[in-house]
Amino acid sequence: MKRCKAEECFFKALMIGSTVAILGSLVLILATVVWRGLPALNLAMLTQTPKGGYYLGKEGGILNAIVGSLFLALGATVLALIASLPIAMYLNLYAARSRQAELARLALDVLWGVPSIVYGAVGFTIMLWLGVRASLLGGIIALALLELPIMARGMDEAIAMIPCALKEASYALGATRLETAWKVVVRQTAPALLTAALLAFGRGIGDAASVLFTAGYTDRLPNSLLGPVASLPLAVFFQLGTPFPAVKERAYASALVLTAIVLGISLISRRLAGRLTEHVIR
Amino acid sequence: MENALGSIRDKSWKPTWRTALRLSRPAKDRLAARLLAWLTMAAVASVPLMALALYLRARPILSFKPLTELLLSTAWHPLKGAFGFYPFIMGTLWVTGAAMAIAVPPSLLTAIYLAEYASPKTRALAKPLIDLLAGIPSVVYGVWGVLTVVPLIERIAPTLDRWLGYIPLFRVDNPTGYSVLAGGLVLAVMVFPVIIAVAEEVIRAVPQGLREASLALGATRWQTVKHVVLRRSLPGVIAAVVLGFSRAFGETMAVLMVVGNIAQVPHSIFDAAYPLPALIANNYGEMMSIPLYDAALLGAALILLLIVLLFNLVSRLVLMRVARSE
Repeated sequence: MKRCKAEECFFKALMIGSTVAILGSLVLILATVVWRGLPALNLAMLTQTPKGGYYLGKEGGILNAIVGSLFLALGATVLALIASLPIAMYLNLYAARSRQAELARLALDVLWGVPSIVYGAVGFTIMLWLGVRASLLGGIIALALLELPIMARGMDEAIAMIPCALKEASYALGATRLETAWKVVVRQTAPALLTAALLAFGRGIGDAASVLFTAGYTDRLPNSLLGPVASLPLAVFFQLGTPFPAVKERAYASALVLTAIVLGISLISRRLAGRLTEHVIR
Repeated sequence: MENALGSIRDKSWKPTWRTALRLSRPAKDRLAARLLAWLTMAAVASVPLMALALYLRARPILSFKPLTELLLSTAWHPLKGAFGFYPFIMGTLWVTGAAMAIAVPPSLLTAIYLAEYASPKTRALAKPLIDLLAGIPSVVYGVWGVLTVVPLIERIAPTLDRWLGYIPLFRVDNPTGYSVLAGGLVLAVMVFPVIIAVAEEVIRAVPQGLREASLALGATRWQTVKHVVLRRSLPGVIAAVVLGFSRAFGETMAVLMVVGNIAQVPHSIFDAAYPLPALIANNYGEMMSIPLYDAALLGAALILLLIVLLFNLVSRLVLMRVARSE
C-alpha cells in the first residue's frame, strides 16, 4: 500500500513538473523575445521603410514588412473565409452525418497537418502554371491554402455545437436550409466564426515558409497585386542572417513586433467573442 | 413565385439579369446545395491534386535517375547533376527523432494531469496558455532557439562530452551548438501543444463509468489512470504522438535557423544536420537557374507531403474510430 502511495506521489510530481516546465517554456520564449527585442525597438523601425544601407546597419525600418504581412494575411483570410464558411455550412446543414461529410472532415484534418513549406511549393507550381512571378497574389494564394483547413474546421466545430432545436424551429417556420444558414446559424455562431477567422489570420501572418517561395521580398511598400511584397517573418529571417550585430538587433525587434501582433490578435479574438452575442440565443 | 409568373404573362417582359436571378426559394436552396457540394469536394480533391502538381514538376528528375538512387545516394552536387536525398532524409529523421524523444514524455504527462488531476480552475488557466504556444510563429521559435538554445548547448557540450563522450550518440565533434539537439529542443516545444491538445481530448473521452468502476474496486487514482484510462485511450494517445511527429517532420523555419545546415548524415545529437524542409527553403532562389534543380527540390517537397499525408491519415482514422466508439 505504501508503495502504491509513493508511486502515485512520484507520478503526480512528475506530471505537475512537466506542466510547469511546458508553461515555463512559453514564458521563457516570450521573455527572451521581449528582453532582446525591446531595446532595439524604436519608432523609426515601425514607421519607415528600409533606406539605403539598412541591411548594413544604417537608417530605416520595417514598415514594408509590417504592411506587407497585413496585406498578405488579410487577403488570404478573406479568400479562405469565402471558401470555408460555405464548406462549414455544407458539412452541418446539407450533408450532416453523411459519408461525404466524414470524408471532407478527414480531408480537412489531413490538410491541416500539411507543412507550410509544401503549401509554398504547391503555390509556386500554381504560379508557374499561371505565369505569375513572386507577388502579393501568389503569397495570398499560398496562405489561403494554408488557412483554409484551420478556418473551415474551426467553423465546422462551432456550427456543430448549435442546438438542433434551433435549426428545427427555423425549418418548421418554412425556412429553407440556405435561409437557415444565413439568417439563423451565422448569427448564432458569429462569435465562434470570428474566433476561427482570427485564429487563421494569426496563423497566416506568422507563417514564413509558404511566403518564402510565393511572395518574394521588397524594400518598398506593396503597391500592386502582381508585385513582390515583404513580410514580417521573412524580415526577421533575413535580418538575422546578416553578420552585423546592429541588424541582428533589429531582427529581434522585428520578432517582437510579430509576436505582439499575433498575441494581440489572439487576445482581441477572445474579447470580441464575448461582445458579438446580441443575436445569440442561449 | 406569383410575381415571376405574372411578369412572364406580361407582353412587355424581357429577360434581364435581375429576372434571371429571381429563383424560387427552394430552387435557390437546391442550387446552393449543388454549389456547396462542389466546393467541399474541391477541398477534398485538393489533397491528391497537390501531390499530383508536385509529381508533375518532379517528373523530370524521376525519369532521369532511379528512385532508389535518389533516396539512398549521399552525393549532393546539383551543378554536376547528382541529387542524393539520403543525408537530408536522415537529417530530418534525426531532428524529428530527437524532438519526439524530448517532447513525448512531458506532453503526455501534462495531458494526463490536465485531463485527470487538475482542478477545473487550473485547466481553464493552463489550456489557453498552451494554445498560445501553438500560435507563436515559427520564426519566433527560431529566434528563441538562436538566442537561448544554441548558446546553452554550446556551453554544456564540453561537459557532456567529458561524461558521456564514449557513447557515439553523445560525442561532440561540433562545438558551435547549431546541432540536431538544438533543432530537437526547439521542435519539441513546438509540438507540445499539438500532442497535449489531442491526447487530453482522447483521455477525457474515456467513459466516466470505467474510472468509477476501477475506483470502486479500491484502486488508487494513479492505478486507475495506468491500468484503465491509459489502456482504453492508448490508440488515441498514439495517434496524438503520430500527429506531433508529422508536425515536427515538416516544420521548416525554426529548424532551419538552429540546426546548422551541413549536408551530412549525423552520427551524434551534437552534429549539424540538414533536414529536407530546410533544403527546400534554403535553395528556392537558385533552383530555376540550374537544370533539374527545381525538379529535385519539388520532388523533396513531394516526399515530405507523402510522408506527412500518410502519418496524418493513419492517426486521423484512428482518432475518428476512437471518437465513434466512445
